[in-house]
Amino acid sequence: MNTNPLLVDGLSYCYGALKALDNVSFAIAPATCVGLLGANGSGKTTLFGLLTRLLSPATGDIKVFDQNLSHSPGSALQNLGVVFQQSSLDLDLSVVQNLNYHAALQGMDRKLARQRIIEELKRFKLENRANDRVRQLNQGHRRRVEIARALLHKPRLLLLDEATVGLDFETRQMLNTHIRSLCETEGISVLWATHLVEDIELDDNIIWLQDGQVMAQGVCRTLLENSQEPNLQELLQHLSREGL
Amino acid sequence: MNPSAYINCFQGILYRELYRFVQQRSRFISALVRPLLWLVVFAAGFRAALGISIIPPYQTYITYEVYITPGLVGIILLFNGMQSSLSMVVDREMGSMRVLLTSPMPRAFLLICKLISIALISAIQAYVFLLIAYFFGVEPPIVGYLYLLPALIMAGLMLASLGLFISSLVEQLENFAGIMNFVIFPMFFLSSALYPLWKMREANEWLYQICLFNPFTYAVELLRFALYATTNLKALLIVGITTLVFVGAAVAGYNPRTGLLGRKSKPG
Repeated sequence: MNTNPLLVDGLSYCYGALKALDNVSFAIAPATCVGLLGANGSGKTTLFGLLTRLLSPATGDIKVFDQNLSHSPGSALQNLGVVFQQSSLDLDLSVVQNLNYHAALQGMDRKLARQRIIEELKRFKLENRANDRVRQLNQGHRRRVEIARALLHKPRLLLLDEATVGLDFETRQMLNTHIRSLCETEGISVLWATHLVEDIELDDNIIWLQDGQVMAQGVCRTLLENSQEPNLQELLQHLSREGL
Repeated sequence: MNPSAYINCFQGILYRELYRFVQQRSRFISALVRPLLWLVVFAAGFRAALGISIIPPYQTYITYEVYITPGLVGIILLFNGMQSSLSMVVDREMGSMRVLLTSPMPRAFLLICKLISIALISAIQAYVFLLIAYFFGVEPPIVGYLYLLPALIMAGLMLASLGLFISSLVEQLENFAGIMNFVIFPMFFLSSALYPLWKMREANEWLYQICLFNPFTYAVELLRFALYATTNLKALLIVGITTLVFVGAAVAGYNPRTGLLGRKSKPG
């Protein structure tokens, strides 16, 4: 039996009196790319905060490969790679120093870390920027470094929070293609929070979050057929207006 | 996680702090200039005004420069501890704190590694200051420099963990700077760093009592005795207990379940 890379069950979270997430439940199947969609303020970033244990849920469970994030955070987090919406690189360190720091935080052996850093830099065509300070890189390169960093410890589940925001079309396409190839070739599962329709493909699974609740989920193509909307853009607008 | 993973993790956090320390030369220079100004300018002015009687650990009359040197080492630790915690607030605002907090290592371990790294870097600065102070007539016994190292680490840990705890309470950088003014200066002035406590008692009994409650007083005394190759057991005990309390508070402050950070974060 395949274990769900991510299982979210009855998750709720409040900021004081404001309920940011209300009884959110969903699961992600192995080696799939799932789009997490929703308008600004729908609860996507809060959900990411909970999935990465930056926040603690009021109620509900999060399981990463059957490891409960609240009870066994270490085992759960070592399967996770995360790219946050806000850049989390240390601007004063070089690309390699940032990657080394992350590898150390994952407890990786230095020799293995060196080898993995070379592999990831090569994969993202960053070899010649390895010793540049992050401050000297443009947004596109910084994003590449962040994704390379998230993959360094070979996680089985990748969480991307608006990872392509602020990037030019070409870089976005490159990252999009690359992330999908990770699902196919390496069996990595991806939860991708985005508000860019271009990041979503018809065969993707999507979860539509609105006002802290899951309003729709399923394969994009099926949702589109059921809604009778002509295209993805219209479908998302429809979901945003009325849910499913 | 096997034990080597913990060692790798500690090394990574220490290296990062060292890289940042090396790159921020102005921070290092200002950390030295501040106590040197006190030593060279302030101490010269107050030498005549303040008579220092023979008090432990000193076995003879000493100059005011010699008296305030351990206090100035303390201020290096205090400023560095607070400044490093300030960098935690910056890291939090800039987002790089998330990398630390989403590590699979236990969060308490990560924070303790961070505190030890801060304390070690503070110790390097303290030794550079003492080297310069040597040329201004502050000449403790050579073995005192060795005795000093554990005292520097302990006092550095105590002050860094206090800063870390405070950083977990504040939301914004601007608030942190304000709070620091209410922490650093009272801690410094209401201690035995600049004048012996008996002098303070002569001046004002209340202020003396406040000095006795100030953990920085005991950090300074721990450093003072260690620099002369002796141990002040009372100071050691109080610094040890205070360190444990502050570390516990800092770890709780960065726990998403118990800390204020989670409760203070904004919706999105």
